[in-house]
Amino acid sequence: MDTGFWLFQILNALQLSMLLFLLSVGLTVIFGLMHFVNLAHGALYAFGAYVAATVSSTLGYWGAFILAPVAVAAIGFVLYATLIRSMRKSGPMAQVLVTFGLIFALLDLTRIIWGDLALGMQLPPILSGRIVLGELEYPVYRIFIIALGAFIFVTLALVLGRTQIGAMIRAGVDNDAMAACLGINVERLFFAVFCVGCALAGLAGVVAAPILSVTPDMGLQILIPTLIVIVIGGLGSLKGAITGSLIYGFVTTFGAVFLPGFSSVLIYALLAMVLVVRPTGLFPARG
Amino acid sequence: MNIFTKSAVAALIAGAATTSSAEEIKVGLLLPYAGVYAALGNDIEAGFRLGLETYGADTQDTFTVVAEDTEVKPPVGLAKAKKLALQDEVDVIVGVVSSGVLGAIRDFIDGAQVPLIVANAGNNEATGEDCSAYITRLSFSNAQVNRPMGQYLFDQGVKKVFTMAPDYAAGHQMIDAFTAAFEAAGGEVVGQDFTPFQQTQDFGPYLANAKASGADAVYVFYAGGEAISYVKQYDSFGLKADLPLYGSGFLTSSLYVNAEGPAAVGVVTSGYYVPTIDNPENAKFVEAFMAANDRLPSEYAVSGYDAAHALIQASAGGANDRAALADALRTVSFDGPRGATSIDPATNNIVQPIYVYETVAATEGDGLTQKVLEKLDPEQDPVNGCTLSN
Repeated sequence: MDTGFWLFQILNALQLSMLLFLLSVGLTVIFGLMHFVNLAHGALYAFGAYVAATVSSTLGYWGAFILAPVAVAAIGFVLYATLIRSMRKSGPMAQVLVTFGLIFALLDLTRIIWGDLALGMQLPPILSGRIVLGELEYPVYRIFIIALGAFIFVTLALVLGRTQIGAMIRAGVDNDAMAACLGINVERLFFAVFCVGCALAGLAGVVAAPILSVTPDMGLQILIPTLIVIVIGGLGSLKGAITGSLIYGFVTTFGAVFLPGFSSVLIYALLAMVLVVRPTGLFPARG
Repeated sequence: MNIFTKSAVAALIAGAATTSSAEEIKVGLLLPYAGVYAALGNDIEAGFRLGLETYGADTQDTFTVVAEDTEVKPPVGLAKAKKLALQDEVDVIVGVVSSGVLGAIRDFIDGAQVPLIVANAGNNEATGEDCSAYITRLSFSNAQVNRPMGQYLFDQGVKKVFTMAPDYAAGHQMIDAFTAAFEAAGGEVVGQDFTPFQQTQDFGPYLANAKASGADAVYVFYAGGEAISYVKQYDSFGLKADLPLYGSGFLTSSLYVNAEGPAAVGVVTSGYYVPTIDNPENAKFVEAFMAANDRLPSEYAVSGYDAAHALIQASAGGANDRAALADALRTVSFDGPRGATSIDPATNNIVQPIYVYETVAATEGDGLTQKVLEKLDPEQDPVNGCTLSN
């Protein structure tokens, strides 16, 4: 248990955090802005992974890297036009039921299109292999995931905090009726944010596909961790999503190291604690 | 895929050979067609139907198949077993992938006295303390597949092992059987991790533990999606060179080894079937299965195929009702794709050779194939509290 071991585990934790961040940030911003609980977000992630695994055999990894988020955003577009817009005013219970049903519809759709067998996806040579950090060897691809997550975080932080669109989104999150009175087309803004959130889920799918297996139920498996991240971090905020992801990543990784038997319980215990102490999460969009 | 259409197409085999003594045997397939094991259910059914076709001419009886979906849920499995036995009045039930479903239907099967041919579920108890005269297993038991690897690994010069498996009943049974045999051979288990079942996305933290443990090799049980993630991540950390990866055969099953890709090359596992086993029965099976399904058969498909073979052998001996079939199934024995295959009447579990195989790159194309390193002697489970022979 030398320093190499700890650095290794810290990198593992960061890598898991960033993967969850890509998923949770889309979900949380959609919720914050639209008050819309989209439980089918995990299914979109699985869809992204399947698209990636399919196109990567002909277009290679980078083709998939571009195409999968676009394809998932297109699915988001269709979902928005057909279901979500008409569900906007129908209250959280109906929304949860509809998107929960959507999970199973999309799950069966992936099974019909791609079958039940798990798919794999190979890495491009530049991202396979390992780099040496002092006494430690670490897979390049995991470093890439960490860097990508950090890049997306910084980009979103800049867009939300420093641009006019960001100001409009924040205004919409704070008080959508008032924002609409000030001449912001909140509905169009919602739509754009929804598509970007879906694209990020698709991106998470491509990124996850080479290290995980691409199975029909991968979306269900990731849904619970994503919801935990959002509940811990607080709904609707970028800061909440990154904090929640980091907490989840570090608690599960170091839980697995120190208390292997309890690693799956630890995060739920923490979740319960956060809910008792701060029922709205650590950094909710609206305090 | 709609199972109702499939079951509607009744498999009438050997129709030409009908004589006055021919009976119609109604078979209930109890398999998962949805959920995490759907691929296994489909493979078992494909194997079973091929088996009926292949061996159908050996008996005068004909077979009708009714398929039901367990959804891998024990209560659903029990309801479907009751439906097959009471409403469809099947003569025999074939299937059951999940040990959880097998546990749920065990008492019903035993009480209703409907013969059940288990075509996958491997929990040790089903042919141990919970054995039944009506439950015959044509697949494997968790201990049977892993036990021989204890001595084998020790003989390969591996003295210290780190083990990993998902934290559920099968994971513990597989690893416990290996650990007991490895320690009896003189080896030492230097560390064990059981990862949360179907919740572990990232094996990185555990792999670091394995690396730091000072073991000579790692022995694991993972199956399905977890196996793919595990093998890929194991390779991505570069552990394969210093810390060879061993496991039970499900880790590199021919069903999904191509999704693992080059990461699986060099992994040595033990199983009861790989498509490259060299015997005439297997050559025939592989060719017919490829022709019908356009893919190689897996260890799951062979269990379905052998279940059909056993059923036909029982019926050819004159058994065509529930009681007679249950009796006859306990004494079947034949040369199948996995070699000499028989049922041990003391436990109703299968007795079969165990193959140690390495996953290697195929000489043709860019796929992967299995190189059989060693065929170990037929494995017979201890009685484990089963009272059938008393």
